[in-house]
Amino acid sequence: MDRRKFISNTVAGSTFVGLGGLSLNSCSGGKKHITVLHTNDVHSHIDAFAGDHSQWPNLGGLARRATLVERIRKENPNTLLLDAGDIFQGTPYFNFYGGELEFKLMSMLKYDAATIGNHDFDNGIDGLYAQLPHAKFKLLSANYDFSNTLMDGHVKPYTTYTMDSIKIGVFGLGIELAGLVTKKLYQETQYLDPYEIAQDMGRILKEEEQCDLVICLSHLGYAYNRDKPDDLKLAARSENIDLIIGGHTHTFLDKPTIRENRKGGRVLINQVGCYGINLGRIDFHFDSEKKVEANGVSITV
Amino acid sequence: MILNIKHFVVFITILVFLSCGEEKSALSEVEGKQLPITSALAPVNTIDDFVAPYRERIDQVLDSSLAYATKNITKEDGKYNTTAGNLMADIILEMANPVFKARTKKDIDFVVLNHGGIRSVISKGPVSARTAYEIMPFENTIAIVELTGKSVRELVSFLIEARRPQPIAGIQIVLDKNGELQSVNIGGKPFNETQSYFIATSNYLVNGGDDMGFFTHGLHVTEIDYKVRNAIIDYFKKVDTLSPVVDNRFMQLN
Repeated sequence: MDRRKFISNTVAGSTFVGLGGLSLNSCSGGKKHITVLHTNDVHSHIDAFAGDHSQWPNLGGLARRATLVERIRKENPNTLLLDAGDIFQGTPYFNFYGGELEFKLMSMLKYDAATIGNHDFDNGIDGLYAQLPHAKFKLLSANYDFSNTLMDGHVKPYTTYTMDSIKIGVFGLGIELAGLVTKKLYQETQYLDPYEIAQDMGRILKEEEQCDLVICLSHLGYAYNRDKPDDLKLAARSENIDLIIGGHTHTFLDKPTIRENRKGGRVLINQVGCYGINLGRIDFHFDSEKKVEANGVSITV
Repeated sequence: MILNIKHFVVFITILVFLSCGEEKSALSEVEGKQLPITSALAPVNTIDDFVAPYRERIDQVLDSSLAYATKNITKEDGKYNTTAGNLMADIILEMANPVFKARTKKDIDFVVLNHGGIRSVISKGPVSARTAYEIMPFENTIAIVELTGKSVRELVSFLIEARRPQPIAGIQIVLDKNGELQSVNIGGKPFNETQSYFIATSNYLVNGGDDMGFFTHGLHVTEIDYKVRNAIIDYFKKVDTLSPVVDNRFMQLN
């Protein structure tokens, strides 16, 4: 699994090809398939945009997203559904019901986990806390320290899933709140350095938890010209993250971005704009370790 | 010789079989793409049915008519002040002052908002709470900032240099025919640089939004826990018609 071992064009590599092929024929134990579906910045957009909308006519809509998610889950039961934050704020559904409907519907869609965006603080820490009973999915944030707030104990830094004997670690990262959110709303939430935390999380998930796959749910934003932490810089500085699912900047990527991490391994970064207009889909295929050592990892976007 | 080959095949088979049991999986292939959510996907009915009562309640509240606009009200119909800007600033002055006064025993002197903060036109016809959500989708609250006379002078310079008519109320700015400042009146009295003033604005601008840096140098900020949008809705409920005009609160003499 260690990407540093992936050799594609060495002599050692090619000698393994025959053996790898042979073992593949006699057993399919190594072949696995994990699908990761994701949204970000849905901003309470439960209904599809109207047909006469100037920017997004007839796009989005949670009931349609549900159809797509169901279809993909039927195709591959080993599917995770994740959200990268800013679930709240943007339509009267939030103003009226405070996020209750958003959380209930995400639970109906069987979301597995979400991280916390800046707008998820729009009704304050109390407002977020009040909606927790409606969330059947996990809230993950590794760099918000909630110890001195109501949320203490309700947000985990990371979680792991085992599907078809593949272990997947997912952790969350949030954006700096000072200057973006009124202090009165986020109260004593402490923001910790996302790069340092990501480094710790990567080590814990890969080495201690022995995860085959590490996913970061980030609400940092895709890219900034300034020194502000973003997903591209995070990818370049990281070493154990396979996929960064981003948010905040409402970036519509035509396809996921591939970046090299500090050890030369490849990291996939994806973000699907906003308002539930797109669903991101990343498929991870696993094969016998030997075959992978021979052929390396192919990434298609 | 034939025996040897047989042995070899058996040996390989056992080897492969054994290795198969302990075979570890490794990531071999990653595929990523974006899937658009379009009308080609039929909605899940249980979700739609679940949302329906929530949607009906919102529609009921937002779409009941509260007032009537006698004309289209926009932020584009004047050079120095506009119907939409004047309406918004007048609403803040009228609705926020009683709250501020009850809490501090003081009066708001004038209002400054941002032109960019008006997000939609008000079309001629019935006006509902949904109209208020359209013109003010954000959760901004009304804040009252106490500024020194010196900062107020900065603020006036900003308003003159701004290329857009920023909404104001309670203050009159008159430019001479060359575009130079001729007079500033606040609450009907000439501007006095030696005193401080109470200016109502949105918490977004108090935090330095839209380059209104002078607000960050405020002597004191009072939050009155009143959302801009709620003030608009309360005003719509209070009046029967909306008919703001472009007036002489900010003007240039011929």
